[in-house]
Amino acid sequence: MSGVALLDIFVLSVFVGFEVVSKVSTTLHTPLMSGANAIHGIILVGAIIVTGHVHSAGAIAAGVFATVLATVNLVGGFVVTDRMLEMFKGRAKPAPAVSAEPSADGARAGRVTR
Amino acid sequence: MKVLSGTAVDLLYLVAAVCFILALKGLSGPRTARRGNLIGAGGAALGVVTTFFSTDLDNMGWILSSIVVGSAVAVPTARRVQMTQMPQLVALFNGVGGGAAAVVALLELSLLSGVSSFSGEQRGNLAAIAFTVLVGSVSFAGSGVTFAKLQELMTTRPVVLPGARPLLIGGLAAALAASVGVFVTGRLWVGIVLMLIGLALGIMLVLPVGGADVPIVISLLNAFTGLTVAAGGFVLRNTLLLVAGTLVGASGTILTRLMAAAMGRSVTGVLFGALRGGSTAGSTAVSNRPVRSAGPDDVAILLNYAHKVVVVPGYGLAVAQAQHAIRELEEVLESRGVEVEYGIHPVAGRMPGHMNVLLAEANVPYETLKEMDEINPEFKTTDVVLVVGANDVVNPAAKTTPGAPIYGMPILEVSDAQQVVFLKRSMRPGFAGIENELLYDPKTTLLFGDAKDSLTKVLTALKAL
Repeated sequence: MSGVALLDIFVLSVFVGFEVVSKVSTTLHTPLMSGANAIHGIILVGAIIVTGHVHSAGAIAAGVFATVLATVNLVGGFVVTDRMLEMFKGRAKPAPAVSAEPSADGARAGRVTR
Repeated sequence: MKVLSGTAVDLLYLVAAVCFILALKGLSGPRTARRGNLIGAGGAALGVVTTFFSTDLDNMGWILSSIVVGSAVAVPTARRVQMTQMPQLVALFNGVGGGAAAVVALLELSLLSGVSSFSGEQRGNLAAIAFTVLVGSVSFAGSGVTFAKLQELMTTRPVVLPGARPLLIGGLAAALAASVGVFVTGRLWVGIVLMLIGLALGIMLVLPVGGADVPIVISLLNAFTGLTVAAGGFVLRNTLLLVAGTLVGASGTILTRLMAAAMGRSVTGVLFGALRGGSTAGSTAVSNRPVRSAGPDDVAILLNYAHKVVVVPGYGLAVAQAQHAIRELEEVLESRGVEVEYGIHPVAGRMPGHMNVLLAEANVPYETLKEMDEINPEFKTTDVVLVVGANDVVNPAAKTTPGAPIYGMPILEVSDAQQVVFLKRSMRPGFAGIENELLYDPKTTLLFGDAKDSLTKVLTALKAL
């Protein structure tokens, strides 16, 4: 792909990136940061490709190092973001009908709603 | 294994990139956040699997075992971490991502290193490589320092080394020189020198930042890492890396500014304030200390996801005639399963029982009005305290500052709660005319405006959730 085509993609992505997060509640700042952090762990793809193309022992060692680091970023990033977001689960307005998980919380809220 | 055609790979990468956009979009709203994160993880998995089936790769054993080792380290760490330690873990994950990008770029440089004369395309690659190596190592080292600060492995106060300013300027000049060196010569050793300079710069940049501002710096370094990943994508001609990295770089920049604005700070002030001998060095000029202010939407979300909310009404509620608004807010919250109580200080308002009368007028059930002695032990289990137009009755100076006019007055111990939201007209001190330390507490959020106005706006936002 030509350099100019890549530049096109870059510029358009900048605008998309600005647009998607233009309005975020302060409560979600930390999870959003963490989620974005996980996304750039996709450098793992780059680490895999270069490690697959080098042959000297030193270069392979560096490639292994990069692959491990990138995996930690990618996998750990998504898992930790999910843990942060767990606190948003189940506390908000369960449906007035029977809730799937009969937690104490859901039962209490359900009774009030009925 | 090369089993997928170029077109198929491009299309699969496009799907993965769209997943990342949807992930960021989802993460911006409380209801869609968790799903957004899962979509992002799905996109990442698709991207990685596609890569394996699109290229002929050597060293497969090494690659696969690296991924296994990385996952084996990351998953338990991310699962076991305490909620309070999450920011430093994010810093750490961000740092290793930056480090990975820098090493990937160095390896690309080593592949180019033997070439004697470069084509135009290779020149472009060298420029992108120099950028990735430098910024990636800044992010790696800087994140390491933020981790150390948050984990309290080192002081959380700003550290200003003697001669920090000339050192930083010298470092930037050296980084520029080495970057040009990489671009012109394409030698691996110049790239390694650039990486070392980047590591030193990262440390120098973050050391002078105070503990409270560290989250803003993590967000900034996160955006940096995103840009290095984008540059890596340019070098590898990989559109997925390019799109994902750019998205993170752009959204991370916006997020950094939002975070700084919410804390009443500027990004340059955070980074260079201590070097200029400014605010973060810990002066005690009280009036312009940073406070955290929020909008009605933020307060609505905070309340909506709480288990237990205690309202502390004060004179401001009476002045604004906001008793009906608070009653309506209480009803909406209760209909969503949030437990709401009122904590009534004996001298809240301008006469004893002022608040009880006012709230009774708005049909607030008597049982939910709690006296001070009754409510004080309950703050420890309270998620959010909503202080509506009260100040002195929650001012910790009554316990901590012997000289204060209200010293010795029993107060509502709202600082025991998880979060405190103040609805205030301005930063003016309360009736007793003394500064309230609680306003500057990290768990405190301020919503400025007339109490009735603010409550109505919060109510509207709450109903929209």
